Amino acid sequence: MATALGGHAPGSDKARPWTFYALATLFGVYLLFLYGPMIVIYILSFQGENGGVTFPMVGTSLVWFKNVFRPDQMANIPASFERSLALASVVSVLTVVISVAAGLGFRRRFPGAAALFYLAVASLVMPSLLVGFGIGLGFQVLGIQAGLFTSALGAQLTWTLPFGLFAMFAVVNRFNRAYEEAANDLGASAAQRLVYVTLPILLPGILGVAMGAFTLSYDEYARTTLAVGSENTLPLEIYALISSQTSPVLFAVGTLTTGLSFAIIGVTLLGIRHIQRRRAAGTLGPYITS
Amino acid sequence: MTTSDSAAEVGRERRQLKLPAFRLAPYAVSWLQVSPLALVLVVLFALPTILFLVVSFFDYDRTGIYPAFIFDNYRDLLTTPATIRVYLSSLRFAVIVWAITLVLGFFIAHFLIFHVRTGMMRTVLFLLCAIPFLTSGIIRTIAWVPFLGRNGAFNQILVKLNVISHPLDFLLFSDFAVIVTYVHLFTLLMVGPIANAMAKIDPALLEAARDAGASRWRTMVDVIIPLSKTGIALGSLLVFTQVMGDYFVVKTMSGGQSASIVSALSTEIQAMQFPPASANAMVLIVFVAILVGCIMRVVDVRKELVS
Repeated sequence: MATALGGHAPGSDKARPWTFYALATLFGVYLLFLYGPMIVIYILSFQGENGGVTFPMVGTSLVWFKNVFRPDQMANIPASFERSLALASVVSVLTVVISVAAGLGFRRRFPGAAALFYLAVASLVMPSLLVGFGIGLGFQVLGIQAGLFTSALGAQLTWTLPFGLFAMFAVVNRFNRAYEEAANDLGASAAQRLVYVTLPILLPGILGVAMGAFTLSYDEYARTTLAVGSENTLPLEIYALISSQTSPVLFAVGTLTTGLSFAIIGVTLLGIRHIQRRRAAGTLGPYITS
Repeated sequence: MTTSDSAAEVGRERRQLKLPAFRLAPYAVSWLQVSPLALVLVVLFALPTILFLVVSFFDYDRTGIYPAFIFDNYRDLLTTPATIRVYLSSLRFAVIVWAITLVLGFFIAHFLIFHVRTGMMRTVLFLLCAIPFLTSGIIRTIAWVPFLGRNGAFNQILVKLNVISHPLDFLLFSDFAVIVTYVHLFTLLMVGPIANAMAKIDPALLEAARDAGASRWRTMVDVIIPLSKTGIALGSLLVFTQVMGDYFVVKTMSGGQSASIVSALSTEIQAMQFPPASANAMVLIVFVAILVGCIMRVVDVRKELVS
């Protein structure tokens, strides 16, 4: 969503005010605070074979990374990782479809809009564990087996959908409806208008929603734990590991996750840049020229 | 092949010709567009919440749960001194963390939006803030253990720099550690909405304020803060409710010294005592709803967002 942020760029010929240096320092300190412990776990993930979860380092090794990929009786990280990826992908797609539709729907006044809005806010602020508890309890009452793509998926949607909806409000607010009116005037059907005009213009924002939903799902713990049934997602597996024993394997997982995050962000940014290039070149057709 | 193609074409033409006859009222189109969202939220959020309400009045013993309409679960909960203590403790954490993340989040957003000059730089800096957010919250929480511990990185740095002579003990497994972890986890929830609100401020307004002789401070207090209040309200909502609903951070970082509302609840759930757990949940929901209602009273988030 970062790319969707506009900003105010004062003329670069002007001298920086003192507040710039003060705030830049604050920002730097915040980054140190943010990355300090992360860097510690990156380093400790290369801990030697006999080392523990704290300093000092006892030599260096890649044994903890190897252990991540080796299932044992404690945890099966590769399997739970695959489940997390699959679940996050499904959540991401559903969140995009549902929240984009709803974001477009909220542009008009309609009866029940206020009720639905507050329902979304309530779903967002509901203490996470309670959502999973409620859904788990509901499945139990109905006699349905809780599962990854039923109850856990539902529990995560109660979290990603309000986020997606709010992000879409921001995206839709910046959207100039004159493009749609122009499409109408040129005789486009509702479907053509949606596919050739509205969605392409909203695409960068939609990609942001997809990425956000994926991350929220991939990292979700508290909502999922009571609704997941017998198959753990990665965060649940990590949690199980913490409760049983602590070893630098966890840190290796953190290092790998960060690497993966960088990869996902990189791919998304490249995608957005690609779209902007194509747009600049006008290959999306005569519909979008800006 | 050709006949079916031409038949399809005729069909398409007919559909297009007929289209105006099927035109729905605008509100009905909106209904169709929001119906999947409404369905998911009603089935997966509203109904389970109603289920809590019902079950919270049920009776239970060691072997099962019995439909009933008794207030015992609520009475037991509300007359236990531990309940009040846990709520006060969580509320204290929430207020402290809210105040820190608000100030920090506001100034970081201010820096990103008003001081960074190029869009590219802004994106890069924003991503730098967001990347740790993508690592599991559990891992980010336990990352503080080797950092803050007695032999941790922070103490070693301070000792090497001769700032302190002995390692500090209060850093880990304390309220301090809990607050540090919360701030680490949740500041971005404040930065995002506030930056979004600030990005919408028309630069002409700031110029007008400067031309009218306002100092930087006055511009911030009288122009930027009022125009960012939606973002401030949304960020506050998120931070407050995340802290109130947390149990992992308190459990891990306080070293068992502090309790949280949800940890008591989770113990009851594990013991299959669903009626008292539901009563506990309902009290927490009402508490959070009052907090959220107060914030929404100050700022009409809906009016600002759905314009």
